[in-house]
Amino acid sequence: MATVEQGVDQGKEAKEYTGSEILLRCLIEEGVEVAFGYPGGAVLPIYDSLYSSRLKHLLARHEQGAIHAADGYARATGKAGVVIATSGPGATNLVTGIANAQMDSIPLVCITGNVAQHLIGTDAFQEADITGITMPITKHSYLVTDVRDLPRVIKEAFHIATTGRPGPVLIDIPKDVSNAKATYSYPDSVSIRGYQPHADPHPLQVQRLHQAIAEASQPVILAGGGVVTSGAEEELIAFAEKAGIPVTTTLMGLGGFPGQHPLWLGMPGMHGTYAANHALLETDLLIGVGARFDDRVTMGRLDKFATGAKIVHIDIDPAEIGKNLDAYIPLVGDVKKVLATAIPGLRRSSSEAWIKQLEKWKQEKPYSFKDAEDTLKPQWVIRHLHETTKGKAVVTTDVGQHQMWVAQYFPFARPRSFITSGGLGTMGFGFPAALGAQVACPDEVVISVTGDGGFQMTNQELAVAAMANIPVKVAIINNHCLGMVRQWQEVFYQERYSEVDLSGSPDFVRLSEAYGVKAWRAKTKQEASDAWREALDHPGPAVIDFWVTPEENVYPMVAPGTGLDEMIMGDEAE
Amino acid sequence: MRHVISVLVNDQPRVLARVANLLGRRNFNIESISVGESEEEGLSRMVIVTQGDERTMEQIQKQLHKLVDVIKVQDLSEYASVERELLLVKVGAAPATRMEIKGIVEPFRAAVVDVGPNSMMVQATGERAKLDALLELLRPYGIKEMARTGVTALPRSVNKAAATTS
Repeated sequence: MATVEQGVDQGKEAKEYTGSEILLRCLIEEGVEVAFGYPGGAVLPIYDSLYSSRLKHLLARHEQGAIHAADGYARATGKAGVVIATSGPGATNLVTGIANAQMDSIPLVCITGNVAQHLIGTDAFQEADITGITMPITKHSYLVTDVRDLPRVIKEAFHIATTGRPGPVLIDIPKDVSNAKATYSYPDSVSIRGYQPHADPHPLQVQRLHQAIAEASQPVILAGGGVVTSGAEEELIAFAEKAGIPVTTTLMGLGGFPGQHPLWLGMPGMHGTYAANHALLETDLLIGVGARFDDRVTMGRLDKFATGAKIVHIDIDPAEIGKNLDAYIPLVGDVKKVLATAIPGLRRSSSEAWIKQLEKWKQEKPYSFKDAEDTLKPQWVIRHLHETTKGKAVVTTDVGQHQMWVAQYFPFARPRSFITSGGLGTMGFGFPAALGAQVACPDEVVISVTGDGGFQMTNQELAVAAMANIPVKVAIINNHCLGMVRQWQEVFYQERYSEVDLSGSPDFVRLSEAYGVKAWRAKTKQEASDAWREALDHPGPAVIDFWVTPEENVYPMVAPGTGLDEMIMGDEAE
Repeated sequence: MRHVISVLVNDQPRVLARVANLLGRRNFNIESISVGESEEEGLSRMVIVTQGDERTMEQIQKQLHKLVDVIKVQDLSEYASVERELLLVKVGAAPATRMEIKGIVEPFRAAVVDVGPNSMMVQATGERAKLDALLELLRPYGIKEMARTGVTALPRSVNKAAATTS
């Protein structure tokens, strides 16, 4: 059988293709290896063309699972993730995933079907105004009204999604456009008048940066997700080492600077390290590198954040500069290019005493927890996962306590090895994202650390793991409750535990086995260690249900509305 | 402080929605938006009147620039510019008061564009303050219906050169 990608341009007369065939050809031209999706009425032509296409497709069990998988794929590779959904409910089921990608600047191309154009606006069956609904959560969107526009639109969509500050782009294709015919020609280049990201830094601002570093004695780098996005990890190491500047990496920046590097201070903010937070409080030169001074880092208390510091802000998105914090030196540009440009002229700052002080804090006040022999502590589990894999794993998380424990106890050594929902904080993200990451990196150990709450939001995707034999290792940190909500209720609501008890959850081992996925339960360290070893050795997908102590809290903690100087250290570290 | 922002955008469906949506979701206040054709085919000029301090205005401009359909953003408050608004107002006007109303309208260089048995429609153009003043004078006669376009504006020519070279 001829595939839709074959046989073009062979005849003398230009052959005509349907919109859906053109779409798939364009995706293959863009180098798309796999699309995640779910069929339905409005995308029937697309799925019919897919039947004879060489594009690989993974059938999720819910569109939310499909888009998080595409997101995980994008985070693991840096390439755009592709998701296909039908009109109406298919499209609206993507909304959480689109917002998630937008908040974390993840490149996605979301293809939705729509009802035929003559039905648009009539409240037709499975009609939803998805371009309207997603307007605030996409980088850009298209409603294709003419099949001849498809190749240009797809070329532009991939360009917009992956360049500048990446983000999700939505292409809504009415069914009549998928069915309509046109000749095929894919454009070589893109020219969009209103979209010209500035990648190169202004030389004058780079000079000012050199000057500021030379004058600083207590400098610190706050590195964010932009370092990972632009692939600037080597430049960041060279920059920090040459100038003698310690580095703290935000949740999104973890892995962007090696977790074992002597200049690394850990994560800052609400659950950050003492050293990182005090570095931000006392610094005289704060260099934000691809970080947006989010309220989980500043606590929204800008009056208490780096008050004695000159602020340098490096970001590809000019709108980030001055959004939360005024910059003394604004540096618009691609982080990798900015750092590469700045490195040659760098002089070392006089930071020896400062680095010694931070080192002392790191030693005196590290992350810590009270371990116990007879129970399973979640922090111990995370540390165990790190030790047994020697850190050589791609780890995804859901959202909540376990997410913070991974950030604290799994020091990531390389970029794109930590995949988490930072900005939107989406429960249900981690497991499908791990499937996407494993598809992207078949030779890596991919661990989905999740909670018993988050896992239940998308655990139906176990079917995908089983069907496609995706060897993800799911580590459920099961505390039988919504842990982070419980923690907040304990600390801020006088232990009034309102609706956080998850004891009615299914038996995750039997649930996994029902899907054909091998599973273990562990309630002690020995069981945990044995189960984990067996799961790692198992060639297919595996689920380990770690029953941890439910009362464990994430420390340190900075309460909302207070400054970084008011850290609650927890029992062990006080 | 009041600002008048001129935004050159692609003449595409939904662009007004994108701009209004952006301003709304980021909690920027909008006094008025007017859109129409620009000097270049395929582009529209959107004039937005808004309030905000320097920081807010900088954010508004930067966020607008992030929209792929936005070509150029200019804060006209930084230049001498011409601002105009169109007002159509239907005022109660029994035959006995028609001359009186015409007398009020004349100094404003406004025009009576429709007359009914008990009402007159007045058309006026000008800066917002001028139209407000006219309305105050017409109010005692009873304002039956009113429509205003919102502000449209362009920088004055002496500024235009300065703006493009800066």
